[in-house]
Amino acid sequence: MALGKEGDARFFTTQKKGEMHELRMELHSSDRAIKVDAVKKVIASMTVGKDVSMLFTDVLKCVQTGNIELKKLVYLYLINYAKTQPELTLLAVNTFVKDASDANPLIRALAVRTMGCIRVDRITEYLCEPLSRALRDDDPYVRKTAAVCVAKLYDIAPDLVVERGFLETLHDLISDSNPSVVANGVAALSEIAETSGKDVMRISASVLQKLLAALNECTEWGQVFILDSLSKYTPADGREAEGIIERVTPRLQHANAAVVMSAVKVILSYMELMGSQNSDSIRALTRKLAPPLVTLLNSEPEIQYVALRNINLIVQKRPHILENEIKVFFCKYNDPIYVKMEKLEIIIKLVSEKNIEQVLLELKEYATEVDVDFVRKAVSAIGRCAVKLERAAERCIGVLLDLIQTKVNYVVQESVIVIKDIFRRYPNRYESIIATLCDNLDTLDEPLAKASMIWIIGEYAERIDNADELLDTFLETFEEEDPVVQLQLLTATVKCFLKDPDDTQDMVQRVLDMATEESDNPDLRDRGFIYWRLLSTDPEAAKMVVLGDKPVIEDDTFKLDPALLNVLIGQIATLSSVYHKPPEAFVIRRGAGTGTTNEDDDEEDEDDYEDENDVDGGADLLDMGGLSVNDQSQDDAAPGSRFEPTAPMNLVTGPEKSGGLEVLAGFRQYRNTIRLEMEINNVSANHVVAGLAVQLNKNAFGLSPSTQQVMCEPPAGPGGSGVAVIELVTTPNMLAPVPAGQPANPQVQVAIKNMTSGNVFYFAVNLNFEAIFSSDGAMERSSFIENWKSIDDRNELYATVGDLPSESVDIDLVQQKFQASNVFFIARRPVPNAEGQEVVYFSMRTVTDMEFLAELTFKQGVNACKICLKTENATYGLLAKKALEDLLRA
Amino acid sequence: MVASAVFITDLQGKNIISRNYRGDVPMQKALERFQTYLLETTDESKKPVFHVDSNGDSYIYIALSNLYLCAVTTRNSNVALILTFLYRLSQVFKDYFGTLEEESIRDNFVIIYELLDETMDHGLPQALDSMILRSFITQGANRMSEDARNKPPVALTNAVSWRAEGIKHKKNEIFLDVVEKLNLLVSANGTVLHSEILGAVKMRSFLSGMPELKLGLNDKLMFEATGRANQAKGKAVELEDIKFHQCVRLARFENDRTISFIPPDGEFDLMTYRLNTHVKPLIWVEAVVEPHKGSRIEYMIKTRSQFKSRSVANNVEIIIPVPPDVDSPSFKCSVGSVSYLPDKDSAVWTIKQFHGGREYLMRAHFGLPSISASDIDPEAKKKGDNAWKAPIRVQFEIPYFTVSGIQVRYLKIIERSGYQALPWVRYITANGDYQLRMA
Repeated sequence: MALGKEGDARFFTTQKKGEMHELRMELHSSDRAIKVDAVKKVIASMTVGKDVSMLFTDVLKCVQTGNIELKKLVYLYLINYAKTQPELTLLAVNTFVKDASDANPLIRALAVRTMGCIRVDRITEYLCEPLSRALRDDDPYVRKTAAVCVAKLYDIAPDLVVERGFLETLHDLISDSNPSVVANGVAALSEIAETSGKDVMRISASVLQKLLAALNECTEWGQVFILDSLSKYTPADGREAEGIIERVTPRLQHANAAVVMSAVKVILSYMELMGSQNSDSIRALTRKLAPPLVTLLNSEPEIQYVALRNINLIVQKRPHILENEIKVFFCKYNDPIYVKMEKLEIIIKLVSEKNIEQVLLELKEYATEVDVDFVRKAVSAIGRCAVKLERAAERCIGVLLDLIQTKVNYVVQESVIVIKDIFRRYPNRYESIIATLCDNLDTLDEPLAKASMIWIIGEYAERIDNADELLDTFLETFEEEDPVVQLQLLTATVKCFLKDPDDTQDMVQRVLDMATEESDNPDLRDRGFIYWRLLSTDPEAAKMVVLGDKPVIEDDTFKLDPALLNVLIGQIATLSSVYHKPPEAFVIRRGAGTGTTNEDDDEEDEDDYEDENDVDGGADLLDMGGLSVNDQSQDDAAPGSRFEPTAPMNLVTGPEKSGGLEVLAGFRQYRNTIRLEMEINNVSANHVVAGLAVQLNKNAFGLSPSTQQVMCEPPAGPGGSGVAVIELVTTPNMLAPVPAGQPANPQVQVAIKNMTSGNVFYFAVNLNFEAIFSSDGAMERSSFIENWKSIDDRNELYATVGDLPSESVDIDLVQQKFQASNVFFIARRPVPNAEGQEVVYFSMRTVTDMEFLAELTFKQGVNACKICLKTENATYGLLAKKALEDLLRA
Repeated sequence: MVASAVFITDLQGKNIISRNYRGDVPMQKALERFQTYLLETTDESKKPVFHVDSNGDSYIYIALSNLYLCAVTTRNSNVALILTFLYRLSQVFKDYFGTLEEESIRDNFVIIYELLDETMDHGLPQALDSMILRSFITQGANRMSEDARNKPPVALTNAVSWRAEGIKHKKNEIFLDVVEKLNLLVSANGTVLHSEILGAVKMRSFLSGMPELKLGLNDKLMFEATGRANQAKGKAVELEDIKFHQCVRLARFENDRTISFIPPDGEFDLMTYRLNTHVKPLIWVEAVVEPHKGSRIEYMIKTRSQFKSRSVANNVEIIIPVPPDVDSPSFKCSVGSVSYLPDKDSAVWTIKQFHGGREYLMRAHFGLPSISASDIDPEAKKKGDNAWKAPIRVQFEIPYFTVSGIQVRYLKIIERSGYQALPWVRYITANGDYQLRMA
């Protein structure tokens, strides 16, 4: 490229009067070279921020050209100014439509790509036809461009995308023969999922296989798209999770750091599901993860920073992965400061009694570097090591004392601050060093360091001979001190007084006067008055308050809340993992808000655009627009059904585990379908809970959801609540075998993914066995008797249910009640030779074809019932018996 | 996973060129916010990823010599993806224009717009292989012609996205350089804190057609995987972590550790690897410093080469940091030459050829002003006397030698036309981040 006089820079230099007029003339020139140069000048002006929108029609005229470079420039201009000239932009539509069927695939793709970037409402209707053709184009380059264009269109007109079936077409593209098309299809679907908060991706078993296959073929960027969408999928069980992990693991060897990190995310998220019985595979995986994580530290500094923020999470979640790698986090002299700071954090997290010696030497070295912030952090790290490792505390203090000897001002101050923490963590152990600290009083000029020192003096006044004198020197400058220091001085003086009232009476009086009368800081005054009253009314109480035991401070190394940590692990490589905040804490959903995000905007059309989104965003939460997922729930919402009694529900999870939701859940049978019903109360999530993806762990009944997605009806906004109904089917491959001789576990483990936030949470809910009694459980009398006889007496279970309400011992009523729960009446007869006793026989069969036979004995006037239950399925006997008991009581 | 807009600014944050991909951030505001951050945040608290609370935008940027490349996003995007994209984008620009400077951007703004359009769509990275991009976005933007570029290159969407079809070379050759860099961190008391080998197999491929290549290394795990553990006879190397170029079939490698691939044409890094083994520092340096405050400072530097005597380290440079206010330097050394670089506050001892198993001495003497900077300037005093105590750094190159002992056992080249191709292999070891702290 000619960098000199022939370069494009010359286009920036025309700055004379009448320039616009001249440009306009040139744009209309018949000489192509002049025309091209004119367009370049226009673009150059645009680049430096000059408004050239008045040339719109003139530039637009140049679009009729076979020259692809010129076309690109004009299109670029269009993208920039379309919003300010929506009317005129319509004039370009014809060209777009024509170009979209050009013989040259490069031009077809260019037209489709550009049209999507023009965010003018009215152009969208013209976009659909060409787009729909482009999605089926022979050339993969056009198809992959069209795939992204669907996502663009969704931003402007989501309804149109749904209406025209573009979502389905995107799904078809996942099976495309060309890996780049697959990758962009996945990217577009993930985009739309994020924009809409709906799970339009719908990863099914076959989609999953296609994604995994494409992973080996497509570009590195495509691999990231696919891995990121995999990370949002919840495998059905540990086996599936392990299978996917196996396919993803080779990605750890990829040269692109983004591919590696997304692979790490998938592996770590899925590992959760592998369960503890897989500890060998988990250990093997753990070993595989360490080397690629360490290698990330050899990338460019900015990438290192992101990697370190993520490693910070990973070592909290799975400390074993990097436990032996602490050395790689030692700082290099020329690391950028933001890298050094993050490395220090990780060093503190990995420090243990095994490596503390080395770490201390290292931290001491850092404390002599030039960068003040870094040095301070290194010093404070030494203190944190002491707080964390009791056995090393003494050595840490030794190092701190060495550092204090350097007399470097800020090193001394920082040391004093952390030594205070060490004193608090290990009271009455290291007071011998107080003398050294006292030698350095003059160096302290920062409020926090002063306050720390004063705290130490007050706390250990009885061991410091001249504590009162030391405090006295500080008191001389009381008025000028920072409030933190004043508060500490006040407290320390009072402590001193309580320990040695004779010598310090004057001093305490003085400080109380200053605090209550001369200060206008309310905190200080209040504290002063409290002390004063305490001291004057009840010195003993004062002692208890002021000198009382303080709560022990803890090592704050593993400080992220486990629930948050889980969320963040699922967000590895994203901004969320860098900020250590869940996405909803920093992403402002444009369009979902109430216009408060009305940016102080200089692009006037921005507002319109946001408003438009407002409507769409609000509307499509309720109207799922013909997605198959929703059809079912709409059936359910048929008149009357909502007022049916709901399943007996229990609180299964609180807001702290589920990202702000409170969930009650229970099972019941409704119209011959087993359903898991959930009531969702949005306690503290700041988004609308609408779509949920559901997965059950293997359970003793083989239950699994018939669809993976359900809707919360109505969608639960903050403070709101809704009901979600999951229809269940039984399949043998979801059956967790029950060990012989042991009672079956009624517990069903459920994983729910909140599609809005991407949060996954887990809970367990006990199945009330009657929910799976089948409606065809009735039995002929004769076969009942036959069965009853054939079952071994050892498989009999007995129970006596007492304290029943009177209607529960009325056999007719019981019979009706049982019938409603698919427990079928066989016969009843009085017991011979026992006055007033009657036995009733019932049969029931579960949807999984287990039969249970029951004999209930009632005695007139007694509010109790004896149950005898016989079954070949002994492991489930207890559950059936409990079901009967519950039904009786209900 | 997306970027809303990408822009390039100068060091003051002034916009040079920008592209708004999604139209969900107002460009002018975004640029202003980025500039404000650059100018108003202290260097210590700057981070490459930051968030503006008022409107929820996040900014992700990389620093190149005199420029910033920055991406803005309104969502919880994949930062790793955006950062790698920005680095690759800068590489594409460098491949196109030689250097990436404000000047070269202005000189090529038309192509830059084209490249920005082709490398990212709707904020999603697309094609970033400059070899392929060049085949349809040509350099001569000034030379506009109605040429026959009627088709996108197949490689743009192919599974083999890094190699064009129909490449022809008169002579089919491939050059392999095994380059190892030694990272070393030695504490002031002489203990090796951290040593690590970063290796790379760099290739320059001039092969016709669509050749299938298979590379054999003395990889210990490969020997074990194929049950030939004993055949290796201790010569095998255990590579800790390997990263491959896009072209290598990762699933195949995971399976049986075979490195098979169709190479891009021209120069590329086939693989990089890392070994954490404890390595004897190849060039050892000890320093004794005697500062006499207010008059002079003396250095005694001893260096020793700890590799086999038949190997030679070339262009060895030992860089010794000195206080900023020294004067009248004088040096004495048994070999090589020493010079004082005031702008870098260091003395550099250069040894052109350093044979293995040798030891050399150097003495340096500097005058110090009677009043040092830290006596007058309280800021300097605050920083203490450590300001100049940076570690000693060493640069070197040892040809025909790899520290790890890695060897190329074979490189098989198979192409349908059946031509014979010549592989050439070279080995070299050089310094990486090689630092020895001074007492």
